[in-house]
Amino acid sequence: MANVPLWAQLINLFAAVLLLLAFAMLAQRRVLTLIDLFAAQGFALACSTAIVAYATHQAHLYWSAGITLLLKVLLLPWLLHRLIRKLDVKWDVEGLINIPTTMLFGIVLVVFSFNLALPIAQLASTVSRATLGIAMASVMLSFLMMITRRKAIPQVIGFLSMENGLFFAATSATYGMPMVVELGIALDVLVAMLILGVFFFQIREQFDSLDLQHLEKLKESE
Amino acid sequence: MSPAALLSQLLQLAIAMLLAPLLLGWVNQCRAWLQNKSAPSILLPYRLIRKLFHKDAVVAVNASPIFRITPYIVFAAMALAAAIVPSLATDLPFARVADAIALVGLFALARVFIALAAMDIGTAFGSMGARREMFVGFLAEPALLMVLFTASLISGSTSLPTIVDSLAHSEIAIYPSLAFAGVAFTMVSLAENARIPIDNPATHLELTMVHEAMLLEYSARHLALIEWASALKLFNYSCIGLALFFPFGIAEGSADWLAIIGATPVLIAKLAFGGFALALIETLSAKLRIFRAPEFLGTAFLLAVLGMLVNQLLGG
Repeated sequence: MANVPLWAQLINLFAAVLLLLAFAMLAQRRVLTLIDLFAAQGFALACSTAIVAYATHQAHLYWSAGITLLLKVLLLPWLLHRLIRKLDVKWDVEGLINIPTTMLFGIVLVVFSFNLALPIAQLASTVSRATLGIAMASVMLSFLMMITRRKAIPQVIGFLSMENGLFFAATSATYGMPMVVELGIALDVLVAMLILGVFFFQIREQFDSLDLQHLEKLKESE
Repeated sequence: MSPAALLSQLLQLAIAMLLAPLLLGWVNQCRAWLQNKSAPSILLPYRLIRKLFHKDAVVAVNASPIFRITPYIVFAAMALAAAIVPSLATDLPFARVADAIALVGLFALARVFIALAAMDIGTAFGSMGARREMFVGFLAEPALLMVLFTASLISGSTSLPTIVDSLAHSEIAIYPSLAFAGVAFTMVSLAENARIPIDNPATHLELTMVHEAMLLEYSARHLALIEWASALKLFNYSCIGLALFFPFGIAEGSADWLAIIGATPVLIAKLAFGGFALALIETLSAKLRIFRAPEFLGTAFLLAVLGMLVNQLLGG
């Protein structure tokens, strides 16, 4: 371990923090704390991107770290907080299966994605290639969160944190995507957030609730 | 066995015995400050123990010998654990007796006896407390073992001095797996020391207490020994945490006298900081329902397992 440069160790550390936060989000029962955890995950992502940028002297990665910081640590959490205040939904997160079982599924997913990433990581030439498994694991965990949550807002947070995982995979495996793609994705996430915000109001107007199970019914009278 | 090693062993044991109640007093004081209450004296645990030693012991008529010997066994187990955990130096003659797994066994021994003694009298509270204690214990133990295994994987040994030596000795190396293990260890030690998310150490409200319920029948010197042993347990857990996750400042290898004496203020500073952090955690969190305990400790276990997995993936 001592022969690895310090910045690579720092990237590994932030990767571990990212995974830790993904698990914390999976275990979280409160919506407001969930948003704070999402902001913290964005911050870890921005830090690790900045470190990769410093280590590989790629100026455009500084930009993407800055965009991440602005968008995922400040703007999106603020939007979500505002949305929750407007919708007046501070209830606990309801899951389809209980949280310990979800965590067990989570650990199975982590083992799966670590195994999956191992042969891929050996092909990559970047120093931070070992973190690919962690990036895949956090994508999988966000997927799991989207699947197991009943209400709309936690599902959206799961979607946003999945984007975090994908972004981290891109930085760790290939030192980031071209600037145009990154800008496009950042804009996509922002627009998706705004549209979903409008959707929330519509859904609640129709059903008096943000429980997405209501959407599964096809007829009105049942 | 060199004289320096013997000195470090004796000094460490003496510091653990003498400072354990002080650590407890410090945590209580910090917690009172944080909760805007006027704090009790930091020496209160010492006074309590002295007062209890001066009283006459009362033992229930139907108490079996187990009830009488339990305080001594619990205290001896905690004192032995204090001798094994490297807090000042890593060259400890006693530590060759037991490795990390035996240390967990030592804590389990104390737990089993205290639960037996609680059920021995046959009061409802005692057996309820004993059942809850075992319930928490059987969930906390595997998580603690996994935390210690994560540290063992890094250093390739289950002997505590070797683990601490290799963690403290290597050049600046960040082990991401230890981040997971650290969070898991914090959760486990909160549960094991009857701290707030699982048990409230300040409560005497019968329905929610776990640790206190088991001690209701004890008095005088027996109670004093058990109180001292719980303070030692908190001290031991703090020292394990500091040794695994903040090993700097410890006297490594076959150190000389000066290094061992110099490690003492570092240890005290680290403990003061750790005690404040514990008080902060206790102030910021609310007590969980007892049936939420499996979720809390299950999370700790999963985090420790994740630490091992990350260790395998990132190689350190």
